[in-house]
Amino acid sequence: MSEPIIQLAGVNKWYGRFHVLKDVDLEVAAGERIVICGPSGSGKSTLIRCINRLEEHQQGRIVVDGVELTEDLKSVERIRREVGMVFQQFNLFPHLTVLENVALAPAWVLRLPREEAEARAMQQLARVRIADQAAKHPGQLSGGQQQRVAIARALCMQPRIMLFDEPTSALDPEMVKEVLDVMLELAGQGMTMVVVTHEMGFARSVADRVVFMDEGRIVEQNPPREFFANPRSERTRDFLGKILPR
Amino acid sequence: MEAIAARPDPAAAREPPPAAPGPAAWVRRNLFSSVPSALATLLVGAALVRVLPAAVRWLFTGAVWAPDYEACRRLEYHAACWGFVAEKHRLVLFGRYPFAEQWRPLVATLLVVAALAASAHPRSWRRWLAPAWAVVLAAFFLLVRGGALGLTYVDPGLWGGLPLTVLLTLVGVSASIPIGIVLALGRRSRLPVARGAASLYIEMVRGVPLITVLFVASFVFPLLLPQGLRLDPLARIALAITLFQAAYMAEVVRGGLQALPKGQLEAAASLGLSWWQAQRRVVLPQALVLVIPSFVNSLLSTFMDTSLVTVVSMYDLTGALRLALGDPQWRNFFIEGYLFVGAVYFACCLAMSRYSHWLEKRLGRWARRPEASAA
Repeated sequence: MSEPIIQLAGVNKWYGRFHVLKDVDLEVAAGERIVICGPSGSGKSTLIRCINRLEEHQQGRIVVDGVELTEDLKSVERIRREVGMVFQQFNLFPHLTVLENVALAPAWVLRLPREEAEARAMQQLARVRIADQAAKHPGQLSGGQQQRVAIARALCMQPRIMLFDEPTSALDPEMVKEVLDVMLELAGQGMTMVVVTHEMGFARSVADRVVFMDEGRIVEQNPPREFFANPRSERTRDFLGKILPR
Repeated sequence: MEAIAARPDPAAAREPPPAAPGPAAWVRRNLFSSVPSALATLLVGAALVRVLPAAVRWLFTGAVWAPDYEACRRLEYHAACWGFVAEKHRLVLFGRYPFAEQWRPLVATLLVVAALAASAHPRSWRRWLAPAWAVVLAAFFLLVRGGALGLTYVDPGLWGGLPLTVLLTLVGVSASIPIGIVLALGRRSRLPVARGAASLYIEMVRGVPLITVLFVASFVFPLLLPQGLRLDPLARIALAITLFQAAYMAEVVRGGLQALPKGQLEAAASLGLSWWQAQRRVVLPQALVLVIPSFVNSLLSTFMDTSLVTVVSMYDLTGALRLALGDPQWRNFFIEGYLFVGAVYFACCLAMSRYSHWLEKRLGRWARRPEASAA
């Protein structure tokens, strides 16, 4: 296996005195698709937010695409250009149109000329099948549409890695599928993906590996077939028993 | 077809029941909807019937409009003497500015008002707006100050009345907004030095009344300047108002910054935007729209606070009125004078307040749901 594109070694993090991440080791190879699951409060969101340094870790090493995350702002900004993120609450910019949302980073971070940034944005909007809504404001779209725009916005920086932080948890049930379909397509195109989700169907069909976290620790990680068929720890069995349909 | 008409689909959308039309219904709904409401209506109505005719007589029908002192005196205060305003309006509006040259501040003020009107619409918020305003302000100073292009020089100490009020408000507000934004960002910064300095400044200024700041600016500050360096009194006062107002602006802006969900900044950061880019493109455009009502509040209070400059011998609109009332012949007609000045203030403030409502609606359109896009 080549050098991993994401590498966490002995990562610890505290919120005040609360120990959220405990000695986390995780390696993700380029092109690999990881699903992280676990009960709420287990630190899974915090973990992926450490990968683009929206949260700072206090101990251990995080190396992304060959660059170690430290306090150095320049290297953090460089990493963020390589790592796209999709949030539970979409976090679209409500004062900008859909097109402006997606073209913003290429225009200001990559300093592309406006036409070029917008052409690139239209391409990504077409990729998530929402190009016809480009002139609207996010507030005029449904939740599922907003989340697809958010995916396009992240893709528009042509990242090598995509992080998804519970991308379907805030959606009405009938909109979950349209977002998962876009994510499935993305997975099929060889994108490195780290996905925090409770969508076990998605994990089964796409993930190369499922990582189960509990109380800030990685309890086990295995390919989905193995993970669902033979969960090793008691905690994993318990968790799967609660969320899987019988 | 008859079958359909006979049994309408129960799930089909129907029109809402019509609201009762006509003025009678409006009166019932708004004036007599309940016993207390009916009583209040009758009471207020009775009071109006008693007061209104007298007020109209005092203000309009019985009033003397010509600048005729004898006619005014014969009224014995039973009606308004607008003759005072007719006689003294130029002094009230322009203060001690040389009488023959008063067209200059008039033109300058109209120029500024025209520029305000032209830049009111968001469509004109383009790159050329800042240089355009620089030209307008330069023209204002050139016209009022003179000393070039064949215009005689008029010392800033003689400027007064409405032009002075407009100038101080305009400079005070427009210069204090950027300073306030920087202070607000500083106060929320993660750098302890920036945060401490911004907080200290804001708290200190907010703990001191404007009148003290004006005194310091006009009497103490010159003593502190190094020898040979002189700042003219008007510039010192404008600077004082700006720095004072900036502390309040900072708190207004901070309110807007705090109202934004944290996810906005996180999304911007996750895209690789630097802190400054995120503030400029994502945070401030939203925060500033949120605080338009408070901005206008500050604008109105600055507009009226400028009347405090009389304590340092500058004659803004209110101060100039007092100059006018210094004339022993007319000094008893102060009610008319203050009503006139009050009307000028009211007209300006109403215009600003209506404009802000309109602007808030227009800029805040993205905050609302679909219907807004129908147009």
